[in-house]
Amino acid sequence: MITVVYFAWLRERIGTGREEIETQAKTVAQLVAELSAQDSYHAAAFADLRAVRVAVDQVLCDFDTPIAAAKEVAFFPPMTGG
Amino acid sequence: MICVQSAPFDLGDIANRFAVAQAGAGAIVTFSGVVRGDGGLLALEIEHYPAMTLPAITDMVDGARARFGLLDAWVIHRYGRLTVGEMIMMVATSAPHRKDAFAGAEYLMDYLKSRAPFWKKEHHRDGAAWVAAKDSDEALLARWG
Repeated sequence: MITVVYFAWLRERIGTGREEIETQAKTVAQLVAELSAQDSYHAAAFADLRAVRVAVDQVLCDFDTPIAAAKEVAFFPPMTGG
Repeated sequence: MICVQSAPFDLGDIANRFAVAQAGAGAIVTFSGVVRGDGGLLALEIEHYPAMTLPAITDMVDGARARFGLLDAWVIHRYGRLTVGEMIMMVATSAPHRKDAFAGAEYLMDYLKSRAPFWKKEHHRDGAAWVAAKDSDEALLARWG
C-alpha cells in the first residue's frame, strides 16, 4: 500500500486529495503510468508531466526515483510560495 | 522559529521579538509579502502540503544560516484565504553585517517562492485560477547555484 496525495489543480482535476493504492510500480514514472490508465481524471491530470512536480516521502525528486520503500508520493504543480 | 499558520501575525511584534533575541548581530533584515490587489483580486487562497512544509522550510533556513553565516533566521508563512492587503509571509534574518543579512533574506525568499510546497489560487469576481509559477522565479533561484 502506498499513499498518493495531490495538491492544487491536480487535486481538483483528479477529484481527491488523497488515495491509498496497491501498486507494482517501481518508480514514480511507473506509478504515473498506472494511475493514468485508471481513469480519464488521472489521465488528464498527468497529461503534461512538465507541469507536474513530485515528492517522495516529502522530499522533492524526479520521475525516475524508486518508490519501492516509499510510504507517500505527492504530485503537485510548480510551487508558488512567498 | 518557523511558523506555518492560517492566523494573521503582527509584523511589528515579531520584528521586535526577533531583534531583542539577536545579541551580537550588527544587522537585522525583515521582509514581508503582502496580497496585491491587482486586476480586481478579491482573495488569495493558499494551499500547502502540511507534512512537507516544515521540513522543507527548515532545510532552507539551515542552508541560509550556513551559507551566509546568519546568526538566526525566522520564517512565518500563512495558508488559507487571505484578502488584499493582508500579510502572507515574512522572513527575518540577522548577521554580523548587513550584506549577509540581506543576502540571507533574499536567498530564503527565492527558495520559499519556488521550493516551499505552497500553491496560490486567485479569486476574482468572475472565477478563480491557480497562479502559475514564473520562469523568472526559477532564474532567481538558479543564481544561488
